[in-house]
Amino acid sequence: MNGLVEHARQPERPVPPVDVERARAVASQVPDPEVPVLTVADLGILRDVAVDGGRVRVTITPTYSGCPAVGTIREDITTRLAEAGYRDVEVVTTLSPAWTTDWMSEDGRRKLAEYGIAPPQRRPGGPVALTLSLRCPHCGSPRTRELNRFGSTACKSLWVCGDCAEPFDHFKDH
Amino acid sequence: MSTPTPVASSAPAAPAAGGESAADAAVATYLLRLADDALVLGQRLGAQLTRAPQLEEDVALANIALDLLGQAQPLLARAGQLEGRGRDEDALAFTRDEREFLNCQLVEQPDGDFAETVVRQLFFSTYQLLLLQRLVDSADEVLAGVAAKGVKEVAYHRDHAVQWVLRLGDGTEESHRRVQAALQRLWPFVGELFETDDLVRDLVERGVATDPAQLRAAWDADIDAVLTEATLQRPTARRTATGGRRGEHTECFGYLLAEMQHLHRSHPGATW
Repeated sequence: MNGLVEHARQPERPVPPVDVERARAVASQVPDPEVPVLTVADLGILRDVAVDGGRVRVTITPTYSGCPAVGTIREDITTRLAEAGYRDVEVVTTLSPAWTTDWMSEDGRRKLAEYGIAPPQRRPGGPVALTLSLRCPHCGSPRTRELNRFGSTACKSLWVCGDCAEPFDHFKDH
Repeated sequence: MSTPTPVASSAPAAPAAGGESAADAAVATYLLRLADDALVLGQRLGAQLTRAPQLEEDVALANIALDLLGQAQPLLARAGQLEGRGRDEDALAFTRDEREFLNCQLVEQPDGDFAETVVRQLFFSTYQLLLLQRLVDSADEVLAGVAAKGVKEVAYHRDHAVQWVLRLGDGTEESHRRVQAALQRLWPFVGELFETDDLVRDLVERGVATDPAQLRAAWDADIDAVLTEATLQRPTARRTATGGRRGEHTECFGYLLAEMQHLHRSHPGATW
């Protein structure tokens, strides 16, 4: 009895402040459903993680306007954050500034190549626009050609290697 | 960096802002015109899946359709919000009747053969690219966002259409004949793309819209360059179709809507 009274007298436990950095780390690790070797952070589609009162507000942007993976990504982020203890999560989608492959991390480019997808090329910064040939992610040969400008997903095109004869996906420069 | 305007949120929808004024209603109408162009063309292209002359083209047309659908969705959602009648993007896409659709008649034209698909793509993507390049500065933030994303996508769509017109025009006798016939058949629907009216003029004043009439010269120059290289003749119009922006459509449009809306209307609220 006494214990209960003691307990009731204790000041209400303060709500722990939401750890935004930890929330960001959790959201960053969510894989892209179509290219699961990449996280949403690698892809550059995770734009912001912020705290608004007790709510975690995650901002994402689609790669292409009609990207069908956006709904799944939204659910995956909400689920991962809930598992990490964040119950009040809002995922918002923005269109501007428009996503570009320039936002893909170096780590992401390396992982793509290892996975067998030729990564987007860095735009040359110099005064002369220079198009480098695309290297085969399997054998490294520069002797490759485009089979189809459109591929298995909106963000990829289909290529084939002239040396090892293997077809491969290229994450389009966008 | 200014705070980007969200186009979608996982949180329950707040009471819709807008729908307050005639000004909002005008913007909503303008957005419906743009959204319906993308939605209806996306539906046409989606129906070509498994019917294109080669597997790669099935994939290409489906990808283009997906981009267009992705452009239509936020525009419809924004139009619904401004309209203030509680209609979301699905309600606008699937429960409006034929006369409420404000797309140009070009995008609803059927795919008689592959040459018509390609020529329709060339005409529309050339127009849409010029339009979106100017709308990136629209005073409506959602429209500006859709335009900025769309510019990159539509440049790719146009490039694809140009490649095909060159290949077919400067190809065999049969492919040349067919693409020339497609140009002739679809040419009457070009004029409507550049029509302007009081609603557009008012929205140009307010910085929301761009005047399509001012895109015509650039469109002509772009198209002429392609036709010349493809050894094709620029058609002459015997008539100019019009009325799409006021809800008047060609006969084929009702059939397209019946197919597009059937599932939603027969099974309201269905999910999977």
